[in-house]
Amino acid sequence: MASHSVTLRHHFENAEQQKDASTIGMWMFLVTEIMFFGGLFMAYIAYRGAYPEAFAAGSEKLNIVYGTINTLVLICSSLTMAMAVHSAAVGKKKMIVLFLILTLILGGVFLGIKAVEYHDKYVGHEIPGVNFHPEIDGHPNVAVQNVSLYFALYFGMTGLHAMHMIVGVGMISFLIFKASRGAYTAEWHTPVELFGLYWHFVDIVWIFLFPLLYLIDLHQGR
Amino acid sequence: METVATAVEREPRTYLNVDHTLKSWLLTEDHKRIGILYLIVITIFFAIGGLFAALIRIELTTPAGDLVESSVYNRLFTGHGIIMVFFFLIPSIPASLGNFLIPLMIGAKDVAFPKLNLLSWYLYVIGGSMALTAIIYGGIDTGWTFYVPFSTGYASGMVMLTLVGIFINGFSSILTGLNFMVTIHRMRAPGMTWFRLPLFIWSLYSTSLIQVLATPVVAVTLLLAALERGLHIGIFDPALGGDPVLFQHLFWFYSHPAVYIMILPAMGVTSEIISTFSKKEPFGYSFIALSSLAIAVFGFIVWGHHLFVSSQSVYAGMVFSILSYLVAIPSAIKVFNWVSTMYKGSVELTTPMLYGIGFIGLFTIGGLTGLFLASMGMDVHLTDTYFVIAHFHYIMVGGAIMGFMGGLHFWWPKITGKLYSETWARLSAIIIFLGFNLTFFPQFILGYMGMPRRYHVYAPEFQVFNVLSSAGASVLGLGYALPLVYFLWSIFFGKKAPANPWGATGLEWQIQSPPLPENFEITPVITEAPYHYAPSEEVVHVG
Ligand SMILES: [Cu+2]
Repeated sequence: MASHSVTLRHHFENAEQQKDASTIGMWMFLVTEIMFFGGLFMAYIAYRGAYPEAFAAGSEKLNIVYGTINTLVLICSSLTMAMAVHSAAVGKKKMIVLFLILTLILGGVFLGIKAVEYHDKYVGHEIPGVNFHPEIDGHPNVAVQNVSLYFALYFGMTGLHAMHMIVGVGMISFLIFKASRGAYTAEWHTPVELFGLYWHFVDIVWIFLFPLLYLIDLHQGR
Repeated sequence: METVATAVEREPRTYLNVDHTLKSWLLTEDHKRIGILYLIVITIFFAIGGLFAALIRIELTTPAGDLVESSVYNRLFTGHGIIMVFFFLIPSIPASLGNFLIPLMIGAKDVAFPKLNLLSWYLYVIGGSMALTAIIYGGIDTGWTFYVPFSTGYASGMVMLTLVGIFINGFSSILTGLNFMVTIHRMRAPGMTWFRLPLFIWSLYSTSLIQVLATPVVAVTLLLAALERGLHIGIFDPALGGDPVLFQHLFWFYSHPAVYIMILPAMGVTSEIISTFSKKEPFGYSFIALSSLAIAVFGFIVWGHHLFVSSQSVYAGMVFSILSYLVAIPSAIKVFNWVSTMYKGSVELTTPMLYGIGFIGLFTIGGLTGLFLASMGMDVHLTDTYFVIAHFHYIMVGGAIMGFMGGLHFWWPKITGKLYSETWARLSAIIIFLGFNLTFFPQFILGYMGMPRRYHVYAPEFQVFNVLSSAGASVLGLGYALPLVYFLWSIFFGKKAPANPWGATGLEWQIQSPPLPENFEITPVITEAPYHYAPSEEVVHVG
């Protein structure tokens, strides 16, 4: 085995085994994440099936422009993340830092827009609870408490997603710090690679959340 | 390995004596020490859960509610259930024996992620302390199932803290399962192919699969229940359009497979014990191995049998009923194979073997009565009666705890390097077996007669069987207290255990007792199956 600059942890036979183990571990972790979000998606399926009109009425209250921009922002951040992993693989140490910083900025933009959206919901009395009085005059047949279910799921799902983004932003800051000191080389850059998997996963969750929450019944020209 | 034989006299270096400080234990990354940390905390939880059970049985000796009021009684059975299920049974065999044995059995130096392993233990301790705090200060009266809307709207006590505790503990379980799966995939020694893995490893692999896939679902479910209780978001509240049955679906999507988290490792222990003490390789190795996986997979598609009376459609009920029957097939395969392994073997009735045989008998009763409950018509009659209680205690106590005790007695010499008193141990195994049956068999009859669960006042005609059950519980309690004494005694005064006291062929028995901190002097190369009793008495050469 060629000598690496990495510290091989004592319980592994070689660097390849160490990397394999970490990679499988990350994939399995992402599977547990799918199951974790899965519970919320099940609830979404059950309640949207039960109250389709209330969900459409709730969806109407979301700002599609914000949602679309955020979707584009996340897709771009996935690209910059992939570029960071690629730069690591070919050993361009400065490019790793650059692309990680770009990813961090895009993640920050997403969270910023999300915060604005949440604030709008607060102002519009669209947060489930005691002060829940959304404007749904256009839907006389819809019960307010069913719209509340929609918003409970909206906040539950996007909130959990945002928490994952915040954790991601924290981890990426750590990676930038390490990368700026040249920690990642073409031979060993497992953390960058594994974080890439995590970041793409969080993006993909949003790709599902966006149509499910923002685009309900849009084709009917609401 | 001649060096070991000579070194034994001179206090060899072991994972126990490399360092004695408390810090070396609390910050250890050694899977063997982490296994022991788990064993200690698990034992504490078992004792507390058992104390709750004792109070329940004392109360039920008379038909009147004379020892405690109903609100206290509700807190007793809830505390008993939560502690035993989430903080004893789920981590019992995998986190203690599994942690200790997986690397030894597959020829690895440690699990794949030792730091994560230690983190899992801390999460377990933190989650457990939170739940325990809630149970002691104020208690919870929801039952261990936290059914909504009672738990989210009406229940008194510290439900929130308990939910958060179980949520945190869930991550301990997920991370342990993940760690074990990666370890079994990537850390096997050269030559250790999948079909050379010990059956205990197969069962733990299947267990881990469930832990990784099912636990996140219950985590998010309990999180939603906590949000519902704290913020009234309406997700499970019928007044706000929410559906309480959705909670039951999500809850049992985890909690049915959770039973297999408890029973599969016990089955793995039994496979090891039966083979070792019959001096025969297991009959139908690959069938036992793959039936573990089959049980894990089937386990995910049968949860609806808990909702036969919860407004589930009758057609869904029929499908769930048939699927539940299917689980009997891989379970029966195991029972037949264990019995066939003993057939014409030279059976040695050591303590672990007594537990192994006890497991087979009690698991069979527990499994067969499960079929009663899986049939829809019968279940309507038996739902929420003592029949259900008896059934799942035959699986969880008669199955899982017998397996745990069997495994503990089997590997105790390897873990501690000491021998316990075989006489006392056999005696306690017999006491536990008798006490267990006396406790829970009358409950089948009570349930069939219609005594409902979770009541502390009952009709006088049920008293005879309740008294029998309580008497059995005191015998059972004695049976569990004895090992605590002779195990502790063995640590201080027991005879030194040889490397292989049972003449077993597994890899873990070919190294010294207790093992080196790094397990193996050099990585072993595996050239044959783990069980090779019949053709020759050859031993795997390690190092
Ligand atoms: Cu079940």
